[in-house]
Amino acid sequence: MAKIVGGVTTSHIPAIGNAIANELFEDPYWKPFFDGYPKAREWLAEVKPDVAIVVYNDHGLNFFLDKMPTFSIGAAPEYQNKDEGWGLKPLPPYPGDPELSWHIIESLVNDEFDICSCQEMAVDHGFTVPMALLWPDQTQRPVRTIPVAVNTVQHPLPTPARCLKLGEAIGRAVASYPKDLKVVVLGTGGLSHQLDGERAGFINKDFDLMCLEKIVDEPEALAKYSIHDLVRLAGAQGAELILWLIMRGALGKRVSKVHSNYHIPISNTGAGLLVLESAV
Amino acid sequence: MTAPHEPIPGTTIFDGRMAMKGYPLNKMCYSFNEAAARQEFLADEDAYCAKFGLTDEQKTAIRERNALALLAAGGNIYYLAKFIGMLGLNVQDIGAQQTGMTVEEFKAKLKAAGN
Repeated sequence: MAKIVGGVTTSHIPAIGNAIANELFEDPYWKPFFDGYPKAREWLAEVKPDVAIVVYNDHGLNFFLDKMPTFSIGAAPEYQNKDEGWGLKPLPPYPGDPELSWHIIESLVNDEFDICSCQEMAVDHGFTVPMALLWPDQTQRPVRTIPVAVNTVQHPLPTPARCLKLGEAIGRAVASYPKDLKVVVLGTGGLSHQLDGERAGFINKDFDLMCLEKIVDEPEALAKYSIHDLVRLAGAQGAELILWLIMRGALGKRVSKVHSNYHIPISNTGAGLLVLESAV
Repeated sequence: MTAPHEPIPGTTIFDGRMAMKGYPLNKMCYSFNEAAARQEFLADEDAYCAKFGLTDEQKTAIRERNALALLAAGGNIYYLAKFIGMLGLNVQDIGAQQTGMTVEEFKAKLKAAGN
């Protein structure tokens, strides 16, 4: 049977992609951020997952406002990045696992989560930056991927409570897949940041540190917030915490913390990293 | 419609109302994912804005590169980011513009959030 072995949450800021391209790993601005990642990679090298379910938000690459699905799941044999407006180059495609995708979609809909299925899906920095942080060698694609895109662009956004439940349903879906596979779930984005308005530059360190602690053993405490609470406490784009809650829900009741890192600022953001292992 | 939330200062929630208001502006910015569209815009900005049916308020905000005016005209930050990126600006440049700071002051404010 397939098993979720753990999860990783990480920020997905576009500037990280530029820093990787320019190899700024030892640059004083970037070093405290990049130094968090070798331990996450070591953990991945140890558990050797077959598949990564990548929970992220599309930033206006695959979806426009003409059709804005709340929850979308890729069911394609591979996924390609594209230029997002500032001249990004094509990366080698990310292999998918359509059979597992369809199993998850069927299981979720049966579980009363109505999903938008996508046989073509361009993936943006919300997906590619975490992948590059965790598997830096772009010539190797050691895991198959299943993108899960959540609307954080246009309100109403799904509530934190709903997202935690979706994660739990993804956990049940994977657990009922008959093939022996090891699966990790990536929750990307966050933590606190706001790009738009006179409140641009808002970062809430206390709130971020609280989230990094509570999400391990008490995710229900975070699921009690409304989206409006998250915008107020974590900034307009800090609502991306819902993506972390989907990851956490998928991991089951008990997890252990393997590693975490937090650094302010990366671009306009409080950048968080967390590695969680599911209970055996 | 649900009851309105208490406003958050300096923050506009991009909801259905704003999404309707900003539709042509955001659709134009979405087109900037393609390099050919960016070239076409830069070659004749007014013609490109007209092609997408931008309102006068939206055209002025584009012409003036005014982030707060673009947001007030229904622009969504994720689509505006493509316009901003095309101009060679980053989110610190735009943060500084929106908060009335210099870019150095804005960066210092971000850094101070870590103390």
